[in-house]
Amino acid sequence: MTPDDQQLLSWVPRLRRYARALAGNRDDADDLVQDTLERAWAKSALWRGVVDMRGWLFGIMHNLHVDGVRRPRLATQSIDDDTPEVAMAPTQGERLAVLDLQAALDQLPVEQKEIVLLVALEDMAYADVAKALGIPIGTVMSRLSRGRERLRALMDGRDPPVRLKVVK
Amino acid sequence: MNPITEAELHAFVDGQLTPERHREIEASLAQRPEEALRVQSYRDQKRELRALFDPVLDEALPQRVLDAARPRAPWYTRRWVAGLAIALISGAAGWGLHGAWQAASSPAGPLATAGFAQRAAVAHAVYSPEQRRPVEVDAAHEDQLVAWLSKRMGAPMKPPHLQALGYALEGGRLLPGGRGPVAQFMYRDAGGRRLTLYVSNEIGELSSPSASGARGVNRETAFRFAREGQLNVFYWVEGRFGYAISAEADRAALTEVSSEVYRQLTTGGTGG
Repeated sequence: MTPDDQQLLSWVPRLRRYARALAGNRDDADDLVQDTLERAWAKSALWRGVVDMRGWLFGIMHNLHVDGVRRPRLATQSIDDDTPEVAMAPTQGERLAVLDLQAALDQLPVEQKEIVLLVALEDMAYADVAKALGIPIGTVMSRLSRGRERLRALMDGRDPPVRLKVVK
Repeated sequence: MNPITEAELHAFVDGQLTPERHREIEASLAQRPEEALRVQSYRDQKRELRALFDPVLDEALPQRVLDAARPRAPWYTRRWVAGLAIALISGAAGWGLHGAWQAASSPAGPLATAGFAQRAAVAHAVYSPEQRRPVEVDAAHEDQLVAWLSKRMGAPMKPPHLQALGYALEGGRLLPGGRGPVAQFMYRDAGGRRLTLYVSNEIGELSSPSASGARGVNRETAFRFAREGQLNVFYWVEGRFGYAISAEADRAALTEVSSEVYRQLTTGGTGG
């Protein structure tokens, strides 16, 4: 393997983490990761010119996700997977909070969700987010602001839809 | 102090301010409980998002994702390869092979290398069972073999020495490839099992649409593995040559041989 091959492999866990948060379930997320890697290989002639490999890869994933270029989804479920899809926090109270977070996240518009996630999960600099998503940095900031505020409102129960998941 | 903008509040949460501005905002938040609350809430969001999704980092990678992370041809060539494979199965059947050709771990090399590996496998299947004439020039005349194949291939063709791995050189022959001559070296282990090294110089012209700026030269060395029934084939492209090693040996043994061949070819040493 060349160093580039190894480098691509080394990004896979983080691409999967982001995709899981973005897509909301394991199968769709791995479809997205798979498509992203295939696209990256198809464009591998460009690697030498890529300075920020992470931004480049997340940019590819962004394009695939928003353009809906993903393959038609098959109705498959992982059967060999005994890992819970949602990480369970140790205490009951936190567990409910975490489940709420997932539900709230799914209600964010995708353009806000992407930025909230890239900043939270990847600790990506705003300028890098702007470059990866191909938007001005001002747009990054306003979407981040709106996304976080909306997420907060949803988590605080100030927006009714999230409470559909209320446990009796 | 300048007023705090909304963007700065987020940059404060994310640690993307200069240290000086960070301290300023930190101090001023003590006087602004509402904004301090928002900051705390955004920090909680980040922490909870990490708690929710960080476990994904530790999951074992699914096979399909692993496969996709390995070198492979773009999707458009893969469709061609699938079509090619069907054509080759009929061809292979005519040579006495049976079963579907499949590239086990990497479903597709570039089109040309996949066809190349297939030809190597067929050549192995045809000549390795030969008891009386497995080679055209035997190892006792290695000098002649080298001179002859080098002349016909237009490049030095020195067979790697694999005694250290239990394979003795039996000799070699010249074969027709897709466009020109191909060299086949035959080896044999103590149990009489044969291994062939198939060398083609037509790869540089045929493959690697991505090798821009390096006309006709494939700069990638990616080992690929394919299997047909009991026969395993390891193949790779180095410079303008394609190499394929075929044997009914297991994959680990073949990997070892391939590494040694590659080492000798690239360093010029004979090792064994």
